[in-house]
Amino acid sequence: MFKILKRQMLTPNICKMVVSAPRIAKSALPGQFLIVLANEEGERIPLTISDYDREKGTVTIVTQLIGASSAAIIAKEEGEFFRDVVGPLGNPSAFVKMDEEALKGQRYIFIAGGLGTAPVYPQAKWLHDRGIAVDVIIGARTKDLLIYTEELGSACDNLYLCTDDGSVGFHGVGTACLEDLVNNQGKEYTQAVAIGPMIMMKFATLTCKKLNIPIDVSLNMLMVDGTGMCGACRVTVAGKTRFACVDGPEFNGYDVDFDEAMRRLGQYKAEEAEEKAKYVK
Amino acid sequence: MAERIPRVPVREQDPKVRAHNFEEVCYGYNLEEAMTEASRCLHCKNPRCVTACPVSIKIPEFIAKVKEGDIAGAAAIIGEDSSLPAVCGRVCPQETQCEGSCVLGVKGESVAIGKLERFVADHTFEGETLSPSGVGCASESEVLRSEATNAASAAASESRAMRGMVDAGPRTEGLGTIPLGGAGGYKGTDNGHKVAIIGSGPAGLACASDLAKWGYDVTIFEALHKAGGVLEYGIPEFRLPKEAVLKREINEVKALGVKIETDVIIGRTVTIDSLMDDEGFEAVFVGTGAGLPKFMGIPGENLNGVFSANEFLTRNNLMKAFREDYLTPIHAGKKCCVVGGGNVAMDAARTALRLGADTSIIYRRTEVELPARKEEVHHAKEEGVDFQMLTNPVEIIGDENGWVKALKCIRMELGEPDESGRRSPVPIPGSEFEIPTETVIMALGTAPNPLIVNTTKGLEATRRGGLVADDEGRTTRPGIFAGGDAVTGAATVILAMGAGRKAARAIDEYLKTK
Repeated sequence: MFKILKRQMLTPNICKMVVSAPRIAKSALPGQFLIVLANEEGERIPLTISDYDREKGTVTIVTQLIGASSAAIIAKEEGEFFRDVVGPLGNPSAFVKMDEEALKGQRYIFIAGGLGTAPVYPQAKWLHDRGIAVDVIIGARTKDLLIYTEELGSACDNLYLCTDDGSVGFHGVGTACLEDLVNNQGKEYTQAVAIGPMIMMKFATLTCKKLNIPIDVSLNMLMVDGTGMCGACRVTVAGKTRFACVDGPEFNGYDVDFDEAMRRLGQYKAEEAEEKAKYVK
Repeated sequence: MAERIPRVPVREQDPKVRAHNFEEVCYGYNLEEAMTEASRCLHCKNPRCVTACPVSIKIPEFIAKVKEGDIAGAAAIIGEDSSLPAVCGRVCPQETQCEGSCVLGVKGESVAIGKLERFVADHTFEGETLSPSGVGCASESEVLRSEATNAASAAASESRAMRGMVDAGPRTEGLGTIPLGGAGGYKGTDNGHKVAIIGSGPAGLACASDLAKWGYDVTIFEALHKAGGVLEYGIPEFRLPKEAVLKREINEVKALGVKIETDVIIGRTVTIDSLMDDEGFEAVFVGTGAGLPKFMGIPGENLNGVFSANEFLTRNNLMKAFREDYLTPIHAGKKCCVVGGGNVAMDAARTALRLGADTSIIYRRTEVELPARKEEVHHAKEEGVDFQMLTNPVEIIGDENGWVKALKCIRMELGEPDESGRRSPVPIPGSEFEIPTETVIMALGTAPNPLIVNTTKGLEATRRGGLVADDEGRTTRPGIFAGGDAVTGAATVILAMGAGRKAARAIDEYLKTK
C-alpha cells in the first residue's frame, strides 16, 4: 500500500499527487515512469514521474481524468492509499547517461502539451541544475489549463506559454511557438524533447525536422505490466517493433510511426467507453 | 487383482457449460474415488514414476497412504519433496513424467498420480471447502466433495503435526540426498543469514520454502502486484483457481516465515548489487522466469487486435478482465485465431472461447506434435475450440481502420525430421488462404527478460537470453544463483520447482562454507 501524502487539483480535470514510495524515489531518474493500481479492481495505469524526493521518499504523479481507471486514481483523498505503485520503469532520458562534457554545449528546448507538462519538469530541472541551457514551451487550449508554470519557471532559462485561444502568452500551438523562436527570434537549439498527446508529438517532430533539430518523444502507450512481458506497448521505430516500456519510453521522434502509435492507443476505446459510462458521471 | 480395476474417471464440469464460465474444469476425486484409484498402484520395487518426477516425490509411498485412507500421512510424504502439490497435481504434464513411466500404462491405463496428488493437497487444507472456485459448481459434486471434506478435516490437523515432525531443524544431509522440503513444514531455527529470491513463481517459491525451513531469513521480491508468477498471470482460473488453490499454497510458504515484497522490479526499483551491498542479503536466487513474448515477424503484427498470449492472459488472469467488477479491458472479438500449439496456446484459446469468441488454434505441425498436455488439447476440443493443423500464418490483414480482418495462412506438410527429432513442416506452394478473424493471439513461446543480466555486474547470459548457471544453479557470479525458465527458457512448473530446490541446496552449501 502506498500512501497519498498530498493531493491538489491543478485544473478541473488534472490532479497532482505526492505519494510515499521510498524505493521508487531512491531510484527514479528523469524520463522514467511508474504504474499505479488504485484499487484491487483497477487497471495498472502507466504515469510519467513528475518529481521525486529521495530524502522524503516520495514521488509525484499527475493524472488527467480520462476514463474509469484515472477516475479511481483521482478519487483518492490525502491520507488514503493506492493498492500498488511500481517503478521506476523504462529508461531514463538520454541526457542522463551523457557525459558532462558532451552536455555542456547542448541547448535544449522542451515542448510540453497538456498533461505532458508535468514530466517535463524533472527533466528540465535536472539539466538546469547542471547549468545546461534549457528553454521550455508549454501549450494548452486556454490559460486555466496550463499547469506547472511556476515550477517550470524556476527550472529553465526561458519559459514560453502558448494558448490556442491566445488568453495568455503566444497565440497558437507549441510547435508554432518553436518555429517563431527559431525563425524570428534567433534562438538555436541542439536538442528538442516533446512530451504530450501523440498528435502533438507527431507535429512537434515534423516541425523539428523542418528546423533540423533532433527530437526525442516520450510515448505513453497502453501497458499492462510495464516490464516487457505483455507487448501491448509495441511501436514501430525505425521500421522495427519496439516495446515502449523497456526500449523507451523515449525514442528519436524522426523514427517513430506516430500513426500506428495513435491507432494502437485506441485499441480498447470501445471497452473503455463502456466502463467509463459505468463509473464516471 | 488390483490392475483389473479400470482407472477411476475424474468428474469434470460439462463442456457445454464450462465453455461459458471460468470455474475449474476438473472437480477432482472424492475420498472414495481416490482410495479406489490408489488401490490400482502395483508398488513397483523400482518405481519408475519417482525417477520421472523432477522433484522425486515418493509416489508409491504416498499412494499407499491414500489407499489406507490416511490422507494426512500421504500429505506428509508429498510435503517432503513438493511445496506446491495442489498446483502440480493440476498443471504438471504427468503423461510425460510420472504417469508416462507407470508400468500399468504399458498395457492399460497408468495410475492417475496427478489426480491423487491434487486430492491429497486439496484435503490437507483444514476447514476450507473443497470447492475449486467457491461458487456455482454442480450440486452433485458439491455433495460428494463435502462428504470428502468431513473425512479429511480430521486428517488435516493431524497432518500439520506430522509434517512438522518430519521437517524440523536445519538440514544435515549431504548434497547427494534430496533434503526434506515442501511448504508443509515448519520454519527452521533462525540462522541469521539473509537470502533474496527474485520472482515469486514456482522456482522462487520452491527455493524460498526450503531455505526458510533450514532457518534462513528469506525475502521474495516480485515485480507484479500479486505473488505466483506464471501461476498467477499465465495459467487461467479454470485450470488453477487463484483464491482457492494458488493463494492457499502461497500462504503456506509465507507461514514458513518467507516475506514476499510485491511491486519491486529488480534492476529498476533496486538492483541485486544494492540488495547485497546495502540491504545485507548474502545470497540471491534469480527465478525470474521467461516473460518476454515472441512474435512471428510477419506483416500486420502491430495491427489492432493482435495480442501476445502474455498480454491476453495477463489481462484475464492477473487483472481479472473476465469479471464485471474489474476495470481492465480485454478484447477477444467474435472470431479469434490463436497461433501456437503449447499449453499457453490452449489456455489462450480456451479463454477467448469463454469470452465469447469462436476460436481456432493455428499450428504448423500435426496434432501428434502439439507440445501441449494431452488433457488440455482434449479439454479444448470438448469445449469447441477448432484445430487448424499443418497451417502457418504468413500475414495478418487489416481493415481500413487498422484492425485485424483476416489471417492469411499457408498449408504445410511434414518433411524430414529436424534436430529436435520432429518432422519439420514445409509450406505447400500455392496453398495460401484467408481465415476471417477479429483477433489474433500469438502464443509462440517466451524468452527470459534481460533486465537482471543488464543491471547486475558479473552475470552472463546465453545467446538465447537464459542466465548461465550450472546444474546446481550457480551463476557466473559467486553468491548469485538461478533456476527455472530464467535459465532454461520456457519449460514447466515442476522443472522450475526442481531447479529452485537444487539451488536452495547450493545456497545453503555456499553460505555454510563462505
